[in-house]
Amino acid sequence: MSERATLPPETEEPGPEEGEPTDADGPTAVTNGAEAVVRALENAGVEYAFGVQGGAIMPVYDALYDSAIDHVTMAHEQGAAHAADAFGIVSGEPGVCMATSGPGATNLVTGIADADMDSDPMLALTGQVPTAFVGNDAFQETDTTGVTTPITKTNTFAADPDGVGTDVGEAFALAREGRPGPTLVDLPKDVTNAETDRDPGEPHVPDTYDVQTEADPEIVERAARRIEESSRPVLLLGGGVIKGAASEECRQFAIDHGIPVITTMPGTGAFPEDHELALEGAGMHGTGYANMAISLCDTLIGVGTRFDDRLTGGIETFAPDAEVIHVDIDPAEISKNIHAEYPLVGDAGTVIEQLDAAIEHPPEAAKWRAQCQQWKSEYPMRYDAPDDDPVKPQFVVEALDAATSDRAIVTTGVGQHQMWAWQFWTWTHPRTWVSSHGLGAMGYGLPAAIGARFAADDDQEVVCIDGDGSFLMTLQELSVAVRENLDITVAVLNNEYIGMVRQWQDAFFEGRHAASEYSWMPEFDKLAEAFGAEGFRIDEYDDVAETIEAALAYDGPSVIDVHIDPREDVYPMVPSGGDNSQFALSEEQL
Amino acid sequence: MTGEMEGPAPESRQRPAGRRNSQGIRIDPEVEAEREPRQAVISALVEHEPGVLAEVSGLFSRRQFNIESLTVGPTEDESRARMTIVVEEPDPGIEQVKKQLRKLVPAISVRELPADAMRRELALIKVDADRPDRVAAVADMYDATAVDACPETATYEITGSRRKIEAAIEAFSRFGVRELSRTGTTALARGSEFTAAERPIETQVHSPRITSPQPTADDD
Repeated sequence: MSERATLPPETEEPGPEEGEPTDADGPTAVTNGAEAVVRALENAGVEYAFGVQGGAIMPVYDALYDSAIDHVTMAHEQGAAHAADAFGIVSGEPGVCMATSGPGATNLVTGIADADMDSDPMLALTGQVPTAFVGNDAFQETDTTGVTTPITKTNTFAADPDGVGTDVGEAFALAREGRPGPTLVDLPKDVTNAETDRDPGEPHVPDTYDVQTEADPEIVERAARRIEESSRPVLLLGGGVIKGAASEECRQFAIDHGIPVITTMPGTGAFPEDHELALEGAGMHGTGYANMAISLCDTLIGVGTRFDDRLTGGIETFAPDAEVIHVDIDPAEISKNIHAEYPLVGDAGTVIEQLDAAIEHPPEAAKWRAQCQQWKSEYPMRYDAPDDDPVKPQFVVEALDAATSDRAIVTTGVGQHQMWAWQFWTWTHPRTWVSSHGLGAMGYGLPAAIGARFAADDDQEVVCIDGDGSFLMTLQELSVAVRENLDITVAVLNNEYIGMVRQWQDAFFEGRHAASEYSWMPEFDKLAEAFGAEGFRIDEYDDVAETIEAALAYDGPSVIDVHIDPREDVYPMVPSGGDNSQFALSEEQL
Repeated sequence: MTGEMEGPAPESRQRPAGRRNSQGIRIDPEVEAEREPRQAVISALVEHEPGVLAEVSGLFSRRQFNIESLTVGPTEDESRARMTIVVEEPDPGIEQVKKQLRKLVPAISVRELPADAMRRELALIKVDADRPDRVAAVADMYDATAVDACPETATYEITGSRRKIEAAIEAFSRFGVRELSRTGTTALARGSEFTAAERPIETQVHSPRITSPQPTADDD
């Protein structure tokens, strides 16, 4: 085990003086690097930080001691990063996580990589050994900026006490501006301990950072003509729509022009699924109707999506009859995977309004809309739930949806349970689906529920739909939920398998369940009680509604161990690299 | 296992008629093949600060861009460094290289240089000195300068286009090349044209249909 509280091997100057009490008229002057760091966070309006203490970050924590920022001590740094990530998804403002050098920083890596893949705004602050020791393999030294360069939007080694506050402010601003993402500032202990009176001021991006918000009007005009002439249009809304706060503009655009809407997984909630134009999600485990529509459309308007392989399946067969209008704030996403005939670089809401203004008449797509409705009836998202079978996971998801409000927030781990939650919940609001999409990090659900709870409104329920394998990876964070008395409900869809792997083994590895079957699982309800949370268990259909009601009513963290049908698979399914129009409805069709 | 859903089977469904190539471009599979790689010289003006070279080289390896050479050095402005990168990719790959480079926060300006840009490389070549007269004659032919000589070896410096350097190496090889070191290409735009403007950053996406490949002939 690492010795987090042990000081690094330096002869250091004495720590900062006991912070002076904050004057009622305003903040006191900054006296050292650590206080400049905290001041930068305060100036950015940060209310919460998630982290774990340790030797090299101690000066920053000491400065935080006198700050109004609430620090939530997590059980593990991975939990801190996921909590900050979820806070960023729900609030739209960068979530802040903190860790010490070495193991603290490396434990953040999974969460930073997750934020990078999903473009979630996040600021990570890591302690570092004093600059004189850097490069000498000092105790708890890791080249943190080196390790995180490929998984951050940008990172900085703060070498100068007079600049450290500005470094943090810039990193915060960069996490949020343009295409969001994680940023990191590595804070050597001598720099945070050093004297400085430099107040960092308001956070702002560097002068050289430029974001294009409005698309080229000439391409907008051409795209508008294309939409007018289209007879089979589809609007594909990605996570960028939610991040750009453009759900309302996109919803109105779709309705005004009668264009069926598909959402990507990160775009879940950007368009209400109870609307008749909603086709829900496409791709590997998308609905049959969405996959038919995306395969046969003649014009695909992708907004804030990076055309990930789980969405496209094989590139060769992805929407091959469609001309693509691609709206994205990041030029590097345009034509990266799918060539865009109409590249529109800009902010999602702004460009949708530009398009809306340029379109003179809606496309003649009544026949196409009728076709989409027909697919909806041909490929219903239905499952069999015979009474004498073990409880079906889809039933539990629907029961949770029915028992909660429209704006309830759902976090998940990764695997079958995540797909059932995505498929069988009826999503109607942005920023209510909080999941690990691009990275697919098992263990995301519980710490994400903690971060989401801090960002959510009081009347929003926070539910974590987890799998047994995912829950087992980060369940120590229950201690945090209990300590902070957080009202969250965890439903563990327990099949005693790494279920998605088991499903693939049945389909592609002749049913050889190598390392996917748990021969023993703890009783999660009792484990929850040992942590001080409320534990529940579901074994039969008759238990479902009332147990969910009791768990939701409990004012504090609760865990429902739901013993589901271990044989249940996720369908529809497009195998990796497959043709979306050929989605399988059962294992035999793979 | 369970979880089957209802609906028409895959083989009975309507299927799209078109096709894309592996670069995501809609094609007529009968006539259009994959795009061929070409060589491009990309000049990047970046902040002169630690870690930028690692960031750029990491970008190339992690995104599997084919890179032939990368040089970096200070510029007329001490806060800026210039990188010259020779890549070999099909057109969409070259576009992607430029866009990914522009995205890096320390990148100030990124541009693909025109075919007539000045491109130079330096090579040090150490050959056996068994036949000094003939070695000197070859050196003369390529304007190579002697940098070091001893009874066993002679070392020459050659500057010029990539093609010239390769021809020189070929010519020297008959004497036995003991060691060779090359700098990779560095380049500037000709005349009053700026190689990379200080601002604004070029963020505009390039025209959607890929333009015809630019000539890549060396300039000497």
